[in-house]
Amino acid sequence: MPLSAADFAAIWLTLQLAGLTTALLLLIGTPLAWWLARTRSRLKAPIGALVAMPLVLPPTVIGFYLLVAMGPQGPVGALTQSLGLGTLPFTFSGLVVGSLVYSLPFVVQPIQNAFEAMGDRPLEVAATLRAGPFDRFVHVALPLARPGLITASVLGFAHTLGEFGVVLMIGGNIPDKTRVVSVQIFNHVEAMEYAQAHWLAGGMLVFSFVILLTLQSRGRSRMFN
Amino acid sequence: MHARFRLPLDSFTLDVDIALPARGVTALFGPSGSGKTSLLRCIAGLAQAPEGKLTLGDNCWQDSTRKLFVPTHQRALGYVFQEASLFDHLSVEDNLRFGLKRIAAGDRRLQPQQAVSLLGLEGLLQRRPQHLSGGERQRVAIARALLVSPRLLLLDEPLSALDAPRKAEILPYLERLHGELEIPIIYVSHALEEVIRLADHLVLLDNGQALASGPLQTMLPRLDLPLARSDDASVVINGTATEYDSDYQLLSLRLPKSDLCLRVAHQPIAPGRPLRLRVQARDVSLSLQQPQHSSILNLLPVRVVAVAAADNPAHLLVQLDMQGSALLARITRYSSDQLGLHPGQALWAQIKSVALLC
Repeated sequence: MPLSAADFAAIWLTLQLAGLTTALLLLIGTPLAWWLARTRSRLKAPIGALVAMPLVLPPTVIGFYLLVAMGPQGPVGALTQSLGLGTLPFTFSGLVVGSLVYSLPFVVQPIQNAFEAMGDRPLEVAATLRAGPFDRFVHVALPLARPGLITASVLGFAHTLGEFGVVLMIGGNIPDKTRVVSVQIFNHVEAMEYAQAHWLAGGMLVFSFVILLTLQSRGRSRMFN
Repeated sequence: MHARFRLPLDSFTLDVDIALPARGVTALFGPSGSGKTSLLRCIAGLAQAPEGKLTLGDNCWQDSTRKLFVPTHQRALGYVFQEASLFDHLSVEDNLRFGLKRIAAGDRRLQPQQAVSLLGLEGLLQRRPQHLSGGERQRVAIARALLVSPRLLLLDEPLSALDAPRKAEILPYLERLHGELEIPIIYVSHALEEVIRLADHLVLLDNGQALASGPLQTMLPRLDLPLARSDDASVVINGTATEYDSDYQLLSLRLPKSDLCLRVAHQPIAPGRPLRLRVQARDVSLSLQQPQHSSILNLLPVRVVAVAAADNPAHLLVQLDMQGSALLARITRYSSDQLGLHPGQALWAQIKSVALLC
C-alpha cells in the first residue's frame, strides 16, 4: 500500500478529532436542541439562526474569525492565556474548538427535529406517571429521540472528517498535531503525488458513502415498521 | 372535590365552578370543543388556569390567590389520554412499571398482577406497544394509570379513537373499574351511550361553562337540558333484581322505593343485586286506560310531570313520574292533543324495551 507513516498519522489524527468533536457536540448539542425544540422564548429564532450559520458560511470565514478570537489579542485567546493554557491556534485543541463550531448544526438539527417530532404528549404522559422534568428528559425524551441522536452522531462525525477550510485557517499543517486527512490530500496534490492523494481521497469517498448508505437504509427500515 | 377555573381559550373562556362527589364516576359531557378536555387538563395540572382553585379532600393542588400550583408529577392522579399514549420504546410490562416505580412502596395500593388481571393483560406483557391493537393499548394505558395508585382517575375520551367492536371490548373493563375502585373517576365524553353506562354524576359543559351538574338519574329526565332533546334521550333507573321466572326466562326488577317492577328477558341474576336500567324515550308510549291484550310486558301507571318541545316540531317530550322514578316519553304532538295531555294527568306507560346495563 502506498500510504506513508505520515498518511497513517493523518488518518489517526482525523479519527481522534472527529470522535472527540462528536462526543463533545452530543454533550453540548443535546441540551441546546432540547431548549430550541421546547422554548417559547424570543431568543429561539436568533439562536437557531446562529447555530445554522456554519451551514452557509464559507469555512474560511469561520476559520478567520476563530483565528482572530483565539489569537493572543482575541477574547478567547485572552481567556486561555489567563488560564495558563496559551493560545489555541496551531494546536489540536484549537482544531477541536473549530470543529465544534463547524459541525454544530449537523448535530443540533437532527436532535432538535426528533424532539419536536415527538411533541408534548409523551412528556405529559410521563408527568402524569410521576416523572419530574429531568426524569422525563432522561427516560422519555432521550430514548424516543434515539434515531435523531444516531443521525446527529453520524453526520457530526462525517462532517468533521471532511473539514478543510477551518482547519487550514486555524490549524495549519503540523504533522501529528493538526495535519488531518483533508490537509494531507492537499499536500499530496501540491507535491504531484497523485497516487497517495487517490488512496486517501478514495478512502474518504468510500467511507462517507458507506456511512450515508447506512443512515439511509436505517431511515427506510424505520419507515416500513 | 371542588374545582374552580377561569382560563381564556381560543374561541371562548373556560369558566367553571363545580363540586364533584368523592366516589363514583363523574362524566364531563358536552359537544366537541365545549372545554371538556381543557377542564380535565386544568385538573391534572397539564394546563395552568391563571385563576383557579382545586381541592381534593384535604389536598390543595392549585390556589391562584396563594400562588400555589402543584406540578402534575406531584399530584396523586392517573390520566388516560384520548389516543394511545404508551411509550413506544418500552415493552408493555415496562410501560406498566413506569409509574409504579416512581411512587413510594408504601403508597402502592394496587399490585401489578391485580392491574393485569383487572384489565385482562395476561399474555401481552412482553409485547411492544406497536404490536397491540387499539383496544389493547388503551387497556394497558388504563392499567398503567391505575398502578400509580391515584387518588383521582382522569379519563379523556378513552374510547373515542376506537371502532365500535373495540369500544364494546373496553366498556366492560371500565364498568369493572367503576365497581372495584374506591377513588373518584372523571370521565370526559361526548357519547351519551358511554355516559349512561358508566356515570353516576354528570356535569354538562357548553362553551366553557357548566350548564348543569347533578346525579345522572336526575339530570337525564330534565326537559330544560339538551340531553332530553337528543335522539338517544333516555332515563337511567337503579333497580334491584327480585325474582326470576326460569320458565319464561324473565327477570323482575323492582324500582327504587316503590313496589313497581319491570320485567326483562335476561339470564338469572341473584335477587337483591343492584342493577342499572336504561329506558329510551322513544320506547315509551302512553295510554289513557290500562292497555289490555298487549304484547308489551311492562305496563306501568305514571303521572305527567311536564311536557316540552322535542328536537322536531312533530314530537313532544313528556316527563313522567313512576312512583318516584322519572321516565321520559317521546310522542307525537298529534297524540298529545288526542290524549289531552296536561301536567298531573294519570296515564299508563307502555315500555317497549328496557336495557340492563350492569
